[in-house]
Amino acid sequence: MAVHEILAATNAVVTLDVALPGIVWPWFVTMNMWAKSIGTGVIFMLFLLLRMHPESGKKLRFHTAVAAFVFINIFLLFTLADLHQPFRMWHIFFYPHWTSAITIGSFIASAFLGLLTLLVFLGWKGQNKDESNDTYDKLLLWVTILAIPVTLYTAALLSQCTARELWQMPSESAQMILAALLSGSAFMILLGGDKLSYEAKKTLGVVLGLSALMSFIIYMSEYVFGAMKAEEIAFTLEYIKGDGPYTVMFWLGQWMTYIIPMVLIVLSRSSKSKAILKLAAILAIVGLFMVKHVWLIIPQLLPMS
Amino acid sequence: MKLGFLVDLHLCMGCKGCEIACKVENEVPLSTWRLRVKYVDVGTFPETKRTFTPLRCNHCENAPCERICPVSALHYLDNGIVNIDKERCIGCAGCVMACPYGAIYIDPQTQTADKCTYCAHRIASSMMPACVVACPVEANIFGDLDDASSNISKYIQVNQGNVQVRKPEKGTNPHHYYVGGGNVTLNPLASHRIDGYSLFNKITTLPLGGDH
Repeated sequence: MAVHEILAATNAVVTLDVALPGIVWPWFVTMNMWAKSIGTGVIFMLFLLLRMHPESGKKLRFHTAVAAFVFINIFLLFTLADLHQPFRMWHIFFYPHWTSAITIGSFIASAFLGLLTLLVFLGWKGQNKDESNDTYDKLLLWVTILAIPVTLYTAALLSQCTARELWQMPSESAQMILAALLSGSAFMILLGGDKLSYEAKKTLGVVLGLSALMSFIIYMSEYVFGAMKAEEIAFTLEYIKGDGPYTVMFWLGQWMTYIIPMVLIVLSRSSKSKAILKLAAILAIVGLFMVKHVWLIIPQLLPMS
Repeated sequence: MKLGFLVDLHLCMGCKGCEIACKVENEVPLSTWRLRVKYVDVGTFPETKRTFTPLRCNHCENAPCERICPVSALHYLDNGIVNIDKERCIGCAGCVMACPYGAIYIDPQTQTADKCTYCAHRIASSMMPACVVACPVEANIFGDLDDASSNISKYIQVNQGNVQVRKPEKGTNPHHYYVGGGNVTLNPLASHRIDGYSLFNKITTLPLGGDH
């Protein structure tokens, strides 16, 4: 038998089936992850600044708390909006199922929002105190600790999606933390403006650059080696390879979020340019949405049955 | 008691009687299905063959949908059925994302998740699932996997070596078996979905039933 006949004999085509469901988790979930990354990331960065550059950090206590509060509320709003029965949200708190990352995440995020609200109040109260705000700083420690599981729980949720092989727990949790560090440092560069010293901006630039580098390495590792591990991953990655429907968005995201900002940060350090650093920050924040969106959508394009 | 399903693909002739019976029994809304029969054509004319595969919830022993459900709307019954409480479901669609078999959908009328329950309401009244009753060739075999004398247990014993489950690598331990299955029938990635090849419709993808 000739080779082409062997290929033809094993060729299989679905000739009658129901229409398969389209995208189950749409851009609402992307917005959820993106806003949460910024909301938790700025908290990480304020914690870092208060230790490494307290002169700059202390000026941003109130502003950072407000920014985190706003983005965490955006995150929660879109989480709620994504539910098909949003008015039953309270079921999570009254019928909790503790094996679910959604349940754990809801409780942690609620506690986080409560502490964040208190942090905003303390920041507002201590606005005129330039030097110390001990209560704020003590609370910030707990808020920072809680921000870690808040930013990680989505990785746990994605990994609980047994159907979607692309979302593996170790890499997803790393990506979530790196996304928080990347977007947090980028947002702080924009938020801080002239309140930040040159040294503080340099530190934020280093965090932005390194988290971009590490995140990019993980994505490229998945891109190159993922297909060798599992059939489903190989099929999923086809959507971002060659003429795949999400190839352009994937690479646009990678360039905007990681590659260009890394180059711009090096340039900003050599030229001491604030404008270049700000451009890197804007690109990273906008690009992160695309990166997250592509990674969220492509496993959903695969037929499951 | 551990209830399970077995489909003998040698017997199935793709009449879709089970699909219709399920729709009627469970009042499954338009554009959604708890049970469906997929046709896959293999080969090139004149050396061709058509395969028929009924697909429904696998009622996994280690069900990802039950694990991810934040409110226990998806829960195990004592007889091993993975049941759903639509009144409790919040419509997060986590179960839809978690199910490796694409067996869960969002009901466009109730805006909640739904799926095959092995007709749990009929079983509670000592009746067989609607799809079993409707099958003209008894390709659907249903019974207690813990009872060695049940039809399903005997069928598994007789056909040892030719009994498969879908996606065993997922570690879900399905309580739904196939006899005579193969890569084409059980692996959705082993066949192409080409626009225009469908027999009675041209629609390959529908928006998820729901408000968004």
